[in-house]
Amino acid sequence: MGLLSTKDTKLITNPMNLENPITVQVLGVCSALAVTVKLEPALVMAISVTAVTAFSNVIISMLRNTIPNRIRIIVQLVVVAALVIIVDQILKAFVYDVSKQLSVFVGLIITNCIIMGRLEAFALGNKPWPSFLDGVGNGAGYGMILIIVAIVREIFGSGSIWGISLIPQSWYIANGGFYANNGFMILPPMALIMLGVIIWVQRSRTKELIGK
Amino acid sequence: MKAIRKYIDKIKPNFEKGGKYEKWKSTFDSFETFLYVLGDTAPSKGAHIRDAMDLKRTMSIVVLALIPALLFGMWNVGHFHYLMLGEQATFMQEFLHGAIRVLPLIVVSYAAGLGTEFLFVYIKGHEIEEGFLVSGMLVPLIVPVDVPLWMVALANIFAVIIGKEVFGGTGMNIVNPALLSRAFLFFAYPAQMSGDKVWVSGLGGAEKMADGFSGATPLANAAAGNMQAMPTVWDMFIGTIPGSVGETSTLAILIGAAILLYTGVASWKIMAATVVGALSLGLLFNAVGSESNAFMQMPAYQHLLLGGFAFGTVFMATDPVTAAQTERGKWIYGFLIGVIVVLIRVLNPAYPEGMMLAILLMNVFAPLIDYYVVKGNINKRLKRAKVQTK
Repeated sequence: MGLLSTKDTKLITNPMNLENPITVQVLGVCSALAVTVKLEPALVMAISVTAVTAFSNVIISMLRNTIPNRIRIIVQLVVVAALVIIVDQILKAFVYDVSKQLSVFVGLIITNCIIMGRLEAFALGNKPWPSFLDGVGNGAGYGMILIIVAIVREIFGSGSIWGISLIPQSWYIANGGFYANNGFMILPPMALIMLGVIIWVQRSRTKELIGK
Repeated sequence: MKAIRKYIDKIKPNFEKGGKYEKWKSTFDSFETFLYVLGDTAPSKGAHIRDAMDLKRTMSIVVLALIPALLFGMWNVGHFHYLMLGEQATFMQEFLHGAIRVLPLIVVSYAAGLGTEFLFVYIKGHEIEEGFLVSGMLVPLIVPVDVPLWMVALANIFAVIIGKEVFGGTGMNIVNPALLSRAFLFFAYPAQMSGDKVWVSGLGGAEKMADGFSGATPLANAAAGNMQAMPTVWDMFIGTIPGSVGETSTLAILIGAAILLYTGVASWKIMAATVVGALSLGLLFNAVGSESNAFMQMPAYQHLLLGGFAFGTVFMATDPVTAAQTERGKWIYGFLIGVIVVLIRVLNPAYPEGMMLAILLMNVFAPLIDYYVVKGNINKRLKRAKVQTK
């Protein structure tokens, strides 16, 4: 990437791998379980969280020298809440169906630990541009896991991907075939197990993560 | 037997280090120890005699104890198949039909589970542990006979990986793998695991059916408040009722229980406590009664005869790995299983049977129970020690 320096590139790529907010830091798991039944809401959620993380990082980073230390959490909350409301309104305006599916979980982005974590850990001590990249990177790391989980859950739980049916109707038991969708995939426990499996795969591939 | 020993000794060098099939050593070992206890039970030096009752032989005894329930289950499957069709059939015909339906379940269950286990052993390079010997036999006995085979295979693979291997293999699992396999099927494919169409062989796609035949299990009837449709107590005890393959006959399971108790493989405390737990809540429900829930009036002892209660109590709750380990803990563990089963059966209309969920839940709580029992013991002794020093 010619546009970015090596240090800046790391800000984006690290959260995808060694510092992934979900699989390594185990943050934001709650929403990852709730919105990953299908791919479409998962993707919208991923984009929303990325946008909120990136822009709240920028805003807090710009304000970082003026925020009194003792009230910094409440300031962060106000910024995040404002951004979440904007995202919510945009979703309602342009993708109303998905917005209805995501229901309360858009509002709950405010409580997503990843965002508060990045604000506390990064934006309060860095300039706006790196903060923006850090927000994008962490949002993408979060979104990546969401999308992987959602793809598996939609294929096996609903037999489709992006709402397009993958399995011929004649295969289903109801139509005289042999196949049935896995109802367990739609339930939240399976998302947790999927996350566990992803963490397992990642840990067995990257030795740095073992033995901490 | 000598000939087998000789043959094994002959091919053994191939599996040693540097041999032709070095990679398969663990597989070879597992088959060898299946036939012979590895090493001497009475070493030439010293006075120690080792117990030949190792893990593998313990497992073999449990499988042996399951045989009566399995054989009865096979006959019962055939019996209900012909009953559903309204045709007369001889004992052998019924048994053969059942055997043809049940044997594939067993083969698939073992193939999927053991295959997964062997794969993990191969990757990790440790020794094969034979935990799946029992699980593979349990699974076909606790599913409806009409469940598609690929579902059983998938459930077993899931149970072995998620229930056992991620925790470190045999002996490390928190929940019973066979029950986890069933729970997976139950939540993943509810249409094939519950309702009144799945319990009788061939009922789902049957074109003709005898008049007045119903494939609903007694528990489903009871949960629906349909108390006139209950079988006689004798039928419940012998097991001529629809249900999962091996769970219907309390008599056959009692034979298995006798084998387990005589050899000391299973804990009588857990079995007794589970029975006491179910009876006490059952009696309480009988005493309270209810206008709207006819299930509450069902005599408490019938809870012991119906559904998976007997099977779960004898073969699942007593699993030495997942049950409580302390002696007092076993009483608490078993008692709570009994209580929760009756609670789920009677008060939750969505689940007519609660044995699976009750045992899984208590499996999770077993370490906690043990922890507090041990802690209580320590505190008691500390107190005693203090009194004496004064």
